[in-house]
Amino acid sequence: MIEVYELSKKFGDFCAVDRVSFSVPEGVIFGFLGPNGAGKTTTIRMLTTMLRPTGGRMLVDGHDPVKEQYQVRRSFGIVFQDPSLDEELTAFENMDFHGVLYGLPSWERRQNIEKLLCLVELEERQDELVKFFSTGMKRRLEVARALLHQPKILFLDEPTLGLDPQTRKRIWDYIKDLNQGQKLTVFFTTHYLDEVERAADQIAIIDQGRIIVNDTPSNIKNKTGSSSLEDAFILLTGKVIRDEDPSAMDRMRLRRKFRRKR
Amino acid sequence: MNVIYIIWLRQLKRDLHSRAWIIAAFGQPVMYLLALTFGFGPFYQKASGLNYLQFLVPGVISMGIIFPAVLSGMEIVWDRQFGFLKETLVAPVSRFKIVLGRILGGATLALIRGMLVFIFCLALGFRIENTALLPVAFAWMFFIAVFCASIGTVIGSLLEDIQSFQLMMNFFIMPFFLFSNALFPLDRLPQGMRTIVSLNPLSHGIDGLRGSLTHGFFFGAGADLCVLGIFTAILFILASYLFSLIEP
Ligand SMILES: Nc1ncnc2c1ncn2[C@@H]1O[C@H](COP(=O)(O)OP(=O)(O)OP(=O)(O)O)[C@@H](O)[C@H]1O
Ligand SMILES: [Mg+2]
Repeated sequence: MIEVYELSKKFGDFCAVDRVSFSVPEGVIFGFLGPNGAGKTTTIRMLTTMLRPTGGRMLVDGHDPVKEQYQVRRSFGIVFQDPSLDEELTAFENMDFHGVLYGLPSWERRQNIEKLLCLVELEERQDELVKFFSTGMKRRLEVARALLHQPKILFLDEPTLGLDPQTRKRIWDYIKDLNQGQKLTVFFTTHYLDEVERAADQIAIIDQGRIIVNDTPSNIKNKTGSSSLEDAFILLTGKVIRDEDPSAMDRMRLRRKFRRKR
Repeated sequence: MNVIYIIWLRQLKRDLHSRAWIIAAFGQPVMYLLALTFGFGPFYQKASGLNYLQFLVPGVISMGIIFPAVLSGMEIVWDRQFGFLKETLVAPVSRFKIVLGRILGGATLALIRGMLVFIFCLALGFRIENTALLPVAFAWMFFIAVFCASIGTVIGSLLEDIQSFQLMMNFFIMPFFLFSNALFPLDRLPQGMRTIVSLNPLSHGIDGLRGSLTHGFFFGAGADLCVLGIFTAILFILASYLFSLIEP
């Protein structure tokens, strides 16, 4: 479903993604792990037609995200790492807008919106403006929105950040249902290792733009001889997944802010 | 078609959800109207024997349209900063439709504001010369709105933060408005100033509106239509092109 070969992205001299290759077969839940600044979001941006790579090839649902943007865009749904809702619209209006953009007929929109808003427990607040929602509610709405047009592939960039354990579980249960029932392919990044352990069929660990391992969770644990993924992760990258070292983290954030400003 | 409609509708809904817009819509043009009619009115009357209010109103209505229409272009900068732009840019729809929907949405909102100012002016004693031309006047108002929304979209696609947009408003849009025929007539201007004002496409929009509401056209309806039409087409194409370059 997703094929990536020697994919690279350079920002000036800095190589954010460095000749990365992997493939995600149809119906697989693929966990993309790595410390802050490893290149996860950059990879997703290239796969989802938002960013042109500086090297390598990709296929998403059999199409090239650089040359066949329209076909690729039809095939996936995405939850971005950063917020992406229209805060001045209501929850329902946000969903409806998305449905029209993806060409759903109105009966299908109404039916799917109702079902998905129930799933994320927002059906009673569907007519409230999104700006009055809490962070977690916004996140839930974004997940619901990404599923509205019944995509073949779902990209999730830290989808459960800031969600409480019950909601995290609920959303994952639903995604797994879709995965089993409709062979939904899922590509996700997260910092919660327990989530990876529970949900992912396959994992790739990326650090400083390079893939270090690409295997199933159990194989990774066996190979490194660790009892948990957390240990395996530290062993492989030399870092804790949630980068606790403040100086390193701050440096990265600052750098990023500076770049955005320009 | 649906896509253009939903983007247009979104612009309207966003606007109507927040109520502050009514005050914003009236504030600036009404202040200009009152200050200038009472301040300059008597001089104007003495010099030309004509009523200044009759002259000024089309200019002030245009003002009520120009600023909100250009500002609607700023929404791109906002949408980018709040992340919503990504949502539309990864959807399987052409950028051209998105731009068209946005410009029409912004223009419609500006038109509504212009109408409100118009009604206020009628209440203040403004008289329409030829009521049969009223639909033509409304068409001119919408035309000006589309022109300005296209300018706004060009600027909005180029800028990255809201601060620089304010700068653009003050140092680009404001002079654009001041060096037009909105507030003063062209007949007695010195040659240099007259050339500048005549070259300003906005003057042709305002002339079209003024012509159909009161005094007759200064440049001529055909010339106005051509100039504004050509500039709007160029800006619209430029806006679509620049918008398509945005990387979400
Ligand atoms: N537009 C850009 N210009 C320059 N550098 C960039 C740009 N986008 C990302 N980078 C850099 O590329 C590197 C990878 O960033 P990316 O956002 O892909 O990391 P990530 O793995 O998603 O991290 P996180 O876990 O913090 O989300 C970072 O060092 C970042 O500063
Ligand atoms: Mg990221």
